[in-house]
Amino acid sequence: MPEQQPILMQGNEAMARGLVENGCVVAASYPGTPASEILSAIDAWRKAEGANMHVEWAVNEKVAFEIAYAASQSGLRAATAMKQVGLNVASDPLMSAAYLGTVGGFVVISADDPGPHSSQTEQDSRLVAMQAKIPVLDPSSPAEAREMAGLAFQLSEEFGVPVMLRPTTRVCHACQDILLRPVQDLQRTADFRKDPKRWAATPKFRYELHVKLNQTLSRIAAYGPTAPRCLNHAPGTRRAVVASGVSAAHAQEVASASGLWDSFAFYQVVQPYPLHSAFVEEIRTAYDEVLVLEETAGVIEMQLRDYRRVQGKLSGFVPEAGELLPETIERLLARFAGRPLPELPEAAPEAGKRPTLCPGCPHRASFYAIKKAAPKGIYPSDIGCYTLGVNLGGVDTVLCMGAAIGQAAGFYQAYRVTGQPRDIVATIGDSTFFHAGIPPLIDAVVQGARFVLVILDNSTTAMTGNQPTPSQGTPAGQAVDIASIVAGCGVKFCRSADPLDLPAFTAQIKEALAFSRDQGVAVVIAKSPCLVDKSVRHAKRPQAVVDAACTGCRYCTSQFECPALVYDEASGKVVVDVMICSGCGVCLDVCPVKAIRQEGGKP
Amino acid sequence: MISQQLIISGVGGQGILFITRLLAETAIAKELPVLTSETHGMAQRGGIVISHLKVGAFSSPLVRPGQADGLIALKPGNVKLHNSFLKPDGWITANAVEPFPRAGVVTIDADTLALQLGNPQAVNLIVLGRALSMGRFFCTKDELANVLRRKLHDKPAVLEGALAALAAGAGAA
Repeated sequence: MPEQQPILMQGNEAMARGLVENGCVVAASYPGTPASEILSAIDAWRKAEGANMHVEWAVNEKVAFEIAYAASQSGLRAATAMKQVGLNVASDPLMSAAYLGTVGGFVVISADDPGPHSSQTEQDSRLVAMQAKIPVLDPSSPAEAREMAGLAFQLSEEFGVPVMLRPTTRVCHACQDILLRPVQDLQRTADFRKDPKRWAATPKFRYELHVKLNQTLSRIAAYGPTAPRCLNHAPGTRRAVVASGVSAAHAQEVASASGLWDSFAFYQVVQPYPLHSAFVEEIRTAYDEVLVLEETAGVIEMQLRDYRRVQGKLSGFVPEAGELLPETIERLLARFAGRPLPELPEAAPEAGKRPTLCPGCPHRASFYAIKKAAPKGIYPSDIGCYTLGVNLGGVDTVLCMGAAIGQAAGFYQAYRVTGQPRDIVATIGDSTFFHAGIPPLIDAVVQGARFVLVILDNSTTAMTGNQPTPSQGTPAGQAVDIASIVAGCGVKFCRSADPLDLPAFTAQIKEALAFSRDQGVAVVIAKSPCLVDKSVRHAKRPQAVVDAACTGCRYCTSQFECPALVYDEASGKVVVDVMICSGCGVCLDVCPVKAIRQEGGKP
Repeated sequence: MISQQLIISGVGGQGILFITRLLAETAIAKELPVLTSETHGMAQRGGIVISHLKVGAFSSPLVRPGQADGLIALKPGNVKLHNSFLKPDGWITANAVEPFPRAGVVTIDADTLALQLGNPQAVNLIVLGRALSMGRFFCTKDELANVLRRKLHDKPAVLEGALAALAAGAGAA
């Protein structure tokens, strides 16, 4: 056999590879940074290997979990993948599945985002694993993430429990050279064995299941393959560093580079919960001083249960918020070893450019129209690219998936009770609407709430990399139409319009506002494709040109904030950045003095 | 073993990930271990995007401040933003119209070159070509071009544009 060359694999692709290599048959996910690439990679490996699998983008994480869990109940290996806040959505089935247990190996990937780089919170999914009472594995690199995907299946089948695999952003979005291994076909067939006392257990049996789960956990805390790995015994020292996840990778490299490698014993914990009981005993007897490095909460630290000797997040030695960067770990290790602290690196100046909606993004036009139509309105919004409408003053609140609609109804009721009518215009993306927007819309209709809901329908899940939404359907299924859902929820006003036709779209919003003021919820579907969606053909459009009539008032740059419109200090006028202008032409209608033209396009 | 740490920075949409992965795949072609760290999610929407690339025996995917051998900046403003990652003798290749008043900075007006090539998306490869022509990388321009040929073998027109951009950058020395 010719020697194979490793291939460059992103952490998410590596986990996907590990799942497919180890006989995963059903995988379901909802996209969310930093976990988004996992499912598309599973599907890519499925195709490349000709594996017989069901791989789906589910409508939300709870549904994804349930799809995969039923496969496990049927004896097949299955996985679900999501970001940490997605696990909140799936926490209901997770807590219960921990009690009921699994048949086929079941892996729940929950990707954390210390920083946070692209999330609402820095929550630690390992705490959710503790709450659910399931074991969790914490990989330190893409290569290890691939290994642990297989290990997680093994652990799950050995003990009949769901197993969480918890990577962080720096594992998900790191790339590494990895050798492919063959894909196993386990030759299993779906075989659900009826057992209502277990699968539909009533509270009395749940107590028994809980007792059994506790016993299982104590056996998992003695399971060899997931035991902490001692990377450096350092004989004679009474100091130990205990690290997990990418913190272990940073610490290992930094300790070697700064000559501290022999100053302490070094343990990598691969299963932070349940922490192996023999390891806890070893740490407590063999060492006087222990430093725990982990993200983001003190999960290992709290299980070591010795605050006099153990330093970490809970003791205040390690910062309790933010990412543990290698330069931070370098200083923590030096301090722990009693060495002089390395110089603090010169802080980089505040980031220059904030993220913004793309040039030509239809959402920018929608927000501009909303502000024009309801200048004194309250604007609840939601999770997606359009959260960046906050730059335009078109977004007042961002709470969690689907909250724009629940909050819009809540604002209406709060103002109604105190007798102050107020325009409310909520925005939500199409994928987010499918994910969590439907129940609050039903609630709003039932309770007589009055507001305008603008569904920003760009026919894709844009922010996370253009995953499909239910409105495209799938080869095996049918497309689900947003307007029909809206009508089915009981909404009496539902119109569709293209926000890039700014005057007509603004008029539509005004009409919806008029309806909402005295009748009820009005929905406008702002329909225009995402410009970065490569699956859609975009016609080449003439770019905008600013002519001499520009007064330099900067209304366009402050109120419309298109990155392609740049104020030129030298000429005192706005110029078009031809490197990025998409030619959407919306700015022609924004300029108060009509100084923007489009060659060969609109006058 | 070769050991090199690089920072590649710019803004979302400039193709930072593409050239980071291209360099990483070139490292693999040379049988070198490689680790990278990428930016995804909201920051990609026109915000600052930074990649870390480490070729050699490393375990952490991140470059510590003061440890990078080189910085490739696809926007002039990113030099100031990210030069704290550089070693004291670290080098910079920056996409900029004006030269930088600082030793070790090589600039190239890649935006203009890209427009001349009729390929505004090629700024990343033009700057990379310029950086490679300095001869301080773990790989040569030809080694990288070979990986590009393999990656884009089924898209001949894209490949031709990419190779032209790389050559234009290298030839602008």
